Amino acid sequence: MRHTDTGDAAAPLLAASDLVKTYGGTEALRGASLDLRAGETVAVTGASGSGKSTLLHCLAGMVRPDSGTVRYAGERLEEAPERRLSELRRTDFGMVFQFGQLIPELTALDNVALPLMLGGSGRTEARERAGTWMERFGVWGQRELRPGQMSGGQAQRTALARALVTGPAVVFADEPTGALDSLASERVMTVLTQTVRESGTAVLLVTHDALVAAYADREVALRDGVTAPAGVGV
Amino acid sequence: MSTRHILLGLLASGPSHGYDLKRRHDERFPQARPLAYGQVYTTLQRLVRDGLAEVDGTGSDGGPERTAYRTTEAGARELARWAAEVAPPAPYVTNEIFTKVVVSALADGDPAAYLRDQRAAHLARMRELTAVKTAPGADLATVLSADYALNHLDADLRWMTTTAARLTTLTAEVDAT
Repeated sequence: MRHTDTGDAAAPLLAASDLVKTYGGTEALRGASLDLRAGETVAVTGASGSGKSTLLHCLAGMVRPDSGTVRYAGERLEEAPERRLSELRRTDFGMVFQFGQLIPELTALDNVALPLMLGGSGRTEARERAGTWMERFGVWGQRELRPGQMSGGQAQRTALARALVTGPAVVFADEPTGALDSLASERVMTVLTQTVRESGTAVLLVTHDALVAAYADREVALRDGVTAPAGVGV
Repeated sequence: MSTRHILLGLLASGPSHGYDLKRRHDERFPQARPLAYGQVYTTLQRLVRDGLAEVDGTGSDGGPERTAYRTTEAGARELARWAAEVAPPAPYVTNEIFTKVVVSALADGDPAAYLRDQRAAHLARMRELTAVKTAPGADLATVLSADYALNHLDADLRWMTTTAARLTTLTAEVDAT
């Protein structure tokens, strides 16, 4: 369920402006800006250490910037209380990381059903809806396996099903194919792209791999914590 | 490869005669086929004919008589235009990209700006190829040829990223010779 509405269709769903974030003495972000429109997939690219993951964490409300603003559907996230941010992460945002971070003790199906149960759904309903998403991502056959018994590609597709099961408006994917070989990576990206296109979900995709960035609608390049203007990379 | 633009690039650092241009070309592009002296001569004649270069003078320096050439303003403009022109992203463009970067650095151009534009063109082409190969019903031959092109473009991109990072050093080295 989405608690907020974009109102103006032309306005970005998620917008970061002039973000600065320093860890210790290191400036991870030195003025990063980015717009994400509803249903759009944007790839954030850049060398390691360029601030890609920090930018994603700020946009997802997991890290507060030192300065700058993050607006989600008009709401200022950088000053929102922690309670509101965790609510958003449960209802409006989906997360996928390089290593799926599935819960090792649960079966694949229960991993995917978990966000629904945390949101108040009953176990039967949650498992049914989770099953539909697993089928969509081609991992229905692995539903009773635990994460350690699946291949890397199967685990990532399970993680994607878990990220999308609640019907989020935005999926944040941080190097989702970083640990996969080229064909497994292609399968993850193809199914992700097709699914979000059908569901109208926006994706913020952090990657250092141009072959993965090529699945996005456009690219925003980060260099030393600064975003480059449109079309300007390296 | 564009011999006339390479010669214009070599002339950008000052007047030079045909034999010297050939020697510097062969040093600068060791992977390329050595330039035939006849080709240097006819290319210089055409550059003069087109107003891109002019005769600077003749001298013998104790040996055979040699004509020195210098670039004109039109020549400098043509070189800048060529060096900034984006090559069609396709497999095997690397050699042209490489040549443009080196010549651009030689002629005090802006290879970093060129690399950024070329990178954007490469990524745009990679998005098109990715859409083609993931379209429902794409046949195996289409997928394989898209993969082939994508991986070559990706190799170009990685080289461009490394080169952009090295450019300060590269420009300094070229300036020193």
